[in-house]
Amino acid sequence: MDPLETKQTYQNYVDKKSPNSPILKNCFNAFWVGGLICTIGQVILNICKERGFDTQISGTIVSIILIGISAFLTGLNLFNKIGKFAGAGSLIPITGFANSIVSPAMEYKSEGYVMGVGGKMFTVAGPVLVFGISASIIVGIIYLIFNTQSITLV
Amino acid sequence: MDINWANVFEWSSLLKCFVTAGIICIIGQILIDKTKLTPARILVIFVTTGAILGGLGIYKYLVDFAGAGATVPLTGFGYNLAKGAIEEVQKSGLIGVFTGGVKAAAGGIAAAVFFGYLASLISKPKMKKQ
Repeated sequence: MDPLETKQTYQNYVDKKSPNSPILKNCFNAFWVGGLICTIGQVILNICKERGFDTQISGTIVSIILIGISAFLTGLNLFNKIGKFAGAGSLIPITGFANSIVSPAMEYKSEGYVMGVGGKMFTVAGPVLVFGISASIIVGIIYLIFNTQSITLV
Repeated sequence: MDINWANVFEWSSLLKCFVTAGIICIIGQILIDKTKLTPARILVIFVTTGAILGGLGIYKYLVDFAGAGATVPLTGFGYNLAKGAIEEVQKSGLIGVFTGGVKAAAGGIAAAVFFGYLASLISKPKMKKQ
């Protein structure tokens, strides 16, 4: 076979060879799995509110429970099956964040419990935290400077 | 244990939550299928978008509308960070810029680190079929 010389020919080659993912079916699965996960969150949220917690605490409890469940499902190799089926449906909710911590950690377990598990945990979660926290600091600075409700309505 | 289950399973709030979360996930699925972004980049995009929309005060309306349907997706994580930063700036000024965001998301981050580590410890070494 001829060597693939330019990036463009390589790209064409890859596009030809990789199977077309059925986007409509993927979107449908993502829709109902993602919806279901968040609806479970809403039920937990409603229970917390019924028991008299405020909105902020209730939201935190929901995050902690969903993160805990999905971390252990990933540890038991069950989450990957859901992920394969649902795609973004399990990636985009906070469950995907927990999954992104546990799966690289599992993979590098053989490298030890400190640098293997403890270090590789943040392969994906690290960037998420870096950009999330940096964005929040920038938002805070902008709010501090302009300090008007018309800029930020929160 | 006097929980009013009718309030817990109020169908209109659950439906709004389901549909909103589903649409956010469809956006993510389209990004996965139509672009060549890695999942890590998509997560970063969602968190950053949530923080920006939170800072602009737009995401608040979505949260009011959909509840957990807007806060559980990672955009909600970003929104939570931004909201925390703004509220803390209102309370304590400049230092709030640095403490507010993480303070608001502390529960989620700590849980993710702890449960993540614990789950990795109990996990069986991966056996690859294929």
